[in-house]
Amino acid sequence: MTENFRVFNLGLIDFQTAWGFQKHIFSRVKKGQLNFCLILCRHPAVITLGRKASRDNIKASAFELKKLNIPLFEIERGGDVTYHGPGQLCVYPIINLAYFKKDINWYLRSLETLLLEALSAFAINAHTLPGSTGIWVGGQKIASIGIAIKNWITFHGASLNVKNNDAANFSLIRPCGLDIMMTSMEGILGEKVRFKEVEEVLTRSCYERSNFTAIGRRH
Amino acid sequence: MKEVILPQLGEGIEGASITCWYFKPGDNVKEGEDLVELATDKAAFNLPCPASGKLSRVLLSEGEAVKVGQALATIEEEPS
Repeated sequence: MTENFRVFNLGLIDFQTAWGFQKHIFSRVKKGQLNFCLILCRHPAVITLGRKASRDNIKASAFELKKLNIPLFEIERGGDVTYHGPGQLCVYPIINLAYFKKDINWYLRSLETLLLEALSAFAINAHTLPGSTGIWVGGQKIASIGIAIKNWITFHGASLNVKNNDAANFSLIRPCGLDIMMTSMEGILGEKVRFKEVEEVLTRSCYERSNFTAIGRRH
Repeated sequence: MKEVILPQLGEGIEGASITCWYFKPGDNVKEGEDLVELATDKAAFNLPCPASGKLSRVLLSEGEAVKVGQALATIEEEPS
């Protein structure tokens, strides 16, 4: 039996293990055993390089990264270099776009809308920038997006800066290959934000978008 | 001979760049198998083989740009 909407909240988990878990869930969605899956997690400090990445966008030396115990992975998502840390919430929706819309841009814009809605629930007035995928508050970036699609099934996704304890580590790279400032929900609000509340808001928004059973069963 | 064409990827997306070929000319390929990986600005995606047979020509190399509707390769179809 196929379950329609599943959330896997992995908590704090190293990038490589979560990456493997994404692939496992991907294969189950591909087989039709699962439909709309949402993986939520946080990673200990890690740098990942997408398919458009240039190593020049890592400002720190290999020695410095080793000293800080920050591993580096080349992965199959789009985009340039990014940093993940424990103050971020990573959002990896694994869904079959054949049941929604086979349109990469539509999916990227949907991810942006999801994040904007979540931030709006916390009274953060965020926005998108045409031609620069991601979510911004003023001139600072609060969420980054990088996705992979195989056979129209999505993986990887978005990372939302919740806590402001990762700020220093962002300076190790040029995020997304740009000279930009990063911000966080706590940085904007000036108060503590609990991951649990952000996870609940994102889960609810995803659930509201997951109702594609009627379309899915026609195929 | 079957051409491998870059399909529509979404509204406003005119093309992508090739990041990796999974096969080389002369290899036998099966319909539905991953043939090539491509990337736009924020998304990486695969293009499956449209037919089974022998990959006869690869028209574009890794790093090169390809437009929607453009041919990337040709497959000599196996007789059915």
